[in-house]
Amino acid sequence: MDRTRSSRLSEQKLVAAAATLGLGALAGLAAYSYLGPSASQAQRHAKTPRLTDDAPGRTARQARFGDYAVTGRSVTINRPRQEIYAFWRDFSNLSKFMENIEDAGESEPGFSSWTIRAPLGQTVKVKSRIVSDRPGEQIAWRSTEESQIDTEGKVMFRDAPGGRGTIVETIISYKPPLGAVGQAVAKLFSAEPSVQARRDLKRLKMLLETGEIATNRNRRGEGGKYQQQMSPV
Amino acid sequence: MRALTYHGKHDVRVDTHPDPQIVNPRDAIIEITSTAICGSDLHLYDGVIPGVLKGDILGHEFMGRVVEVGPSSTLQVGQRVIVPFTISCGQCFHCRNQEFSHCDNSNPAEKQDVSETLYGHPMSGLFGYSHMTGGYPGGQAEFVRVPFSDVGPLVIPDHLEDEKVLFLTDILATGWMAADQATVENGDTIAVWGAGPVGLFAAQSARVMGAEQVIVIDHYPHRLELARKLGCKVIDYQQTNVLEALMEMTGGQGPDAVIDAVGMESHGFENFNPVDTLKQKIGIGADRIGALRQAILSVRKGGRVSIPGVYGGMSDKFPTGAMMEKGLTLRMGQTHVQRYHRDLLRRIEEGEIDTTFLISDVMSLEDAATGYKNFAYNQNEWTKVVLKPKWEKGRREAGRARTETSLGTGTEVRTEAPVHA
Repeated sequence: MDRTRSSRLSEQKLVAAAATLGLGALAGLAAYSYLGPSASQAQRHAKTPRLTDDAPGRTARQARFGDYAVTGRSVTINRPRQEIYAFWRDFSNLSKFMENIEDAGESEPGFSSWTIRAPLGQTVKVKSRIVSDRPGEQIAWRSTEESQIDTEGKVMFRDAPGGRGTIVETIISYKPPLGAVGQAVAKLFSAEPSVQARRDLKRLKMLLETGEIATNRNRRGEGGKYQQQMSPV
Repeated sequence: MRALTYHGKHDVRVDTHPDPQIVNPRDAIIEITSTAICGSDLHLYDGVIPGVLKGDILGHEFMGRVVEVGPSSTLQVGQRVIVPFTISCGQCFHCRNQEFSHCDNSNPAEKQDVSETLYGHPMSGLFGYSHMTGGYPGGQAEFVRVPFSDVGPLVIPDHLEDEKVLFLTDILATGWMAADQATVENGDTIAVWGAGPVGLFAAQSARVMGAEQVIVIDHYPHRLELARKLGCKVIDYQQTNVLEALMEMTGGQGPDAVIDAVGMESHGFENFNPVDTLKQKIGIGADRIGALRQAILSVRKGGRVSIPGVYGGMSDKFPTGAMMEKGLTLRMGQTHVQRYHRDLLRRIEEGEIDTTFLISDVMSLEDAATGYKNFAYNQNEWTKVVLKPKWEKGRREAGRARTETSLGTGTEVRTEAPVHA
């Protein structure tokens, strides 16, 4: 009795929600087709030459450049430029805040090697040549032919205005395996660079500003790789 | 340890969980001596805040003794502390600007996506709330892990009893910030919607700050009685036309500042509220903003609107016209507890602020489910519930809100079964 009643109730809820949303959308569509821009207006709009704006290219509505997907993120960290540069330049630090970097290091001078976690328990090995290294300003890299993915990127450091620390900006371009489909699948597993860049830079900020990476876990060993080895005091 | 656990809408139980440990260097573990049920816990209880999961430990108003510290904590074992409900690192841009509830670093990175999508920016970490705010285990428990324990907790001198200082963790600071953001000036009338704990503390704060007249609006007679005992005037919106009354009580000018201490589950049948209620019930993330609409319409031209009440979703019929044409200032937000708690502790010590008048019930943590039910459904009499993890099940004492008022008794829900069954 009770169960049928409650399932009927939730069905009613669903129908009511769908009706509210659906009717709203229909009404909106009808209003738009009636009141929206006329054909001539839309044509005029398309012919108007566009001003190239000041936004970074990666924020364009279509952020693909040929076969390459480009992603990037900025974060302001309340620490000096040199300190953040030095932390990043020691590539073994990258796995401390980057979720999908299992291991990273400078395998030989001028080259860095990363083991990257990919969807479905796979790993991808990337060996990059460091193509630019300006202490306190930027580090740029490009994958070599031995790598399993084709990628390049750079990280730039500049003083934030008003004594707010350092703006760290990362740009990564890569050729997604299997193209757009591969990119969509990776996104689904939160292993796609744009999702990762966002979270990784937040963790970098936490680590450098507070000395630790926030976790809601209540027990040692549950916080994953970001938790420092702690023994009770 | 024992802890009050969320099992679903209107279903909370005291369950056994593993004791918390030091996980990060700045952590401390607190053994809780007193904890309270907050009005915003009722938003979780009613299932209107997204991201609360079965098994979550609730509670964000708590205090106790330090039993363990991490290597970077500045606390010492044995110290008695209150813990702000906002988790704040102390080092990010916002913390340095005293905007502690906007901390960039306290919400785990993987928990920030939802609020970043919903609000444009991620929320910071809060104890015992939603996974949008970190999903941190809360303090309606025997023990709690406190991150950034060198920034949040405030050491309390032993001569001040728990009940006097417990509300520094949230509602006292929240009421104070509400009055602070309303900006009390000489000769001002401040109108407060909602005579719950935050509304009552906001009203008291406005009086301490020198308001000429404070008017509190509610419909529960006992809660209005508590407001009147603070020296406020009261309006029962079920008896009185609020907009007219506020105009007539302010010489035809309207209140100088208004405080919405009601939030997203506004009651009543005016101000388009039934439409909001319907939308909230079918679960499409709507806020009920009836009280806020009325506050915005009633405030004088050029007036200030302060919103400590909790909102989480979207709303419509929002009176943008009144806001613009009357030139209003709106201020709101989760409380920057660490900005105010030292000053408020001094005011408590000096007897300037009364913090215990609104407590109706002190009971064992084991009976927390009964406390939730009554705080939710017997709002007239159950004005504030304090839980004691050390008390044996069944022990309960009446607080001053019952012993010192004429309307403080009443029926109560005494069943253990969920009400919706």
